[in-house]
Amino acid sequence: MQWETVIGLEIHTQLATRSKIFSAASTAYGAEANTQACAVDLGLPGVLPVLNAEVVTMAIKFGLAIDATVAPLSVFARKNYFYPDLPKGYQISQMELPIVEHGKLEISLEDGTKKVIGVTRAHLEEDAGKSLHEDFQGMTGIDLNRAGTPLLEIVSEPDMRSAKEAVAYMKKMHSLVRYLGISDGNMQEGSFRCDANVSVRPKGQKEFGTRAELKNINSFRFVERAINIEVERQIDILEAGGKVVQETRLYDANKDETRSMRSKEEAMDYRYFPDPDLLPVEITAEQIETVRQTLPELPEAKKTRFISDYQLSEYDADILTNSRELADYFEDVARQSGETKLSANWVIGELSAMLNKEGKDISVSPVSADMLAGMLIRIKDNTISGKIAKEVFEAMWQGEGDADTIIDNKGLRQISDTGAIEKVLDEIIAANPQQFDQLKGGKDKLMGFFVGQVMKAMGGKANPAQVNELMKKKLA
Amino acid sequence: MSLETDDVKRIAHLARLAIDEADIPGYARNLSNILDLVEQMNSVNTDAVRPMAHPMDAQQRLRPDVVTEVNQREKFLANAPLAEAGLFLVPKVIE
Repeated sequence: MQWETVIGLEIHTQLATRSKIFSAASTAYGAEANTQACAVDLGLPGVLPVLNAEVVTMAIKFGLAIDATVAPLSVFARKNYFYPDLPKGYQISQMELPIVEHGKLEISLEDGTKKVIGVTRAHLEEDAGKSLHEDFQGMTGIDLNRAGTPLLEIVSEPDMRSAKEAVAYMKKMHSLVRYLGISDGNMQEGSFRCDANVSVRPKGQKEFGTRAELKNINSFRFVERAINIEVERQIDILEAGGKVVQETRLYDANKDETRSMRSKEEAMDYRYFPDPDLLPVEITAEQIETVRQTLPELPEAKKTRFISDYQLSEYDADILTNSRELADYFEDVARQSGETKLSANWVIGELSAMLNKEGKDISVSPVSADMLAGMLIRIKDNTISGKIAKEVFEAMWQGEGDADTIIDNKGLRQISDTGAIEKVLDEIIAANPQQFDQLKGGKDKLMGFFVGQVMKAMGGKANPAQVNELMKKKLA
Repeated sequence: MSLETDDVKRIAHLARLAIDEADIPGYARNLSNILDLVEQMNSVNTDAVRPMAHPMDAQQRLRPDVVTEVNQREKFLANAPLAEAGLFLVPKVIE
């Protein structure tokens, strides 16, 4: 039988505020345990939550960016459950009236086709603390620094039909929240994490199959692995005549399997009700307009502009607009060097390769946009060849200074002195008379041999175009 | 609508309330009475009424995004039955 996969994603993205969603405690990552948990976060008696204005602004920004409805009235509710890292015994979230509803996001698939994924809703909520299960003589340690950190939970429609589509959606959403500046998207620190609802059905069937929810997947690679493994598991069950059980499952990256978390299932009755400590949040049309004015250029618009302004291919524009930082870097290099295609090639090629290799973000690149532009200018004015440029780039990366300094210190200036090149060329021809005769006799591929020998003899510094030119003259 | 013994036990468990077996019929009766009242209200047509999220007719005040809280960890930890290395300690919970 042919099976079809149906996937919906819930993405929790941490909002990049200074203080928490309902208290004035800091949200800075990595502080010593419990030093950023105040009386409100701890749920001590007599405290009241007060909503952070920035959180509302960020949610509006997000709503506008995905073409959604920003609710004129939204309501906070209590989601009740007991766990030691949740001091109040409930999480403040939104249930019936979320702040953002009915949005959409377009994703590009590998074969170049586009697909629109619906966003059912996005709601505001607070994060819980952290439980540390090791090292405390059979006890669990609780760090409540994270308790009360603002989250935006983004819930998609079950519109995705493969793990690849789910990854494309997650990446697009990741890029979007970073463009908007509403989240740092740091997946290692848990600022962007994802639950996946996965089911399968016979191809052509209208009703959805029974779904399993895969919890807390925190990398793009794991999302794809986890979904594919879960789909295989469900198909195996169905083909053996069994039934898929609706449940929460955990992906274990080490064993590369998903496994049931039944214990959590039993207690799953959150008894939501409106939080009496918080009044409804009203958002006016004027407020939405004010926020709209502050929206940055979004990835799609930027991509279109890159294609038309810089004559880049769709592929190049896609990569360069992947993150706002990369796009800004490229534009900076292109503007300073006046060489758009060359800039794109270096940013996508050499620079990205080095960043990937060392696991560095563009924001901490040892080669700044100024430095790369400076080097491209030297390629453009024939001071160095593209080949020597790789050597210069390497040296810049190692911190040996800017392009001009390196070119001077290492004596990499390209030799365009015809006399000097010709002298070397004559020597090589004299040393290889047999090959030269064969070349004259029509064995064209020996051309490369001679040019290569000249370049080698001149330490790569000869202007390749000139060497070719001179060689042709010798043959004439 | 009337609640059975098992419903009461389940509700008590969800709320982490320890209740006496002997009191359960009384709870069941009282809770059922509340639900009956809700049932009665259900018969009123409320199509044109906006659900009330809060009894006060006001909207949420917002706070500027500024950190004003300082570290008071030692005071807070002093309230806890057990603490170590800056952490609250609780009986082991394993998922």
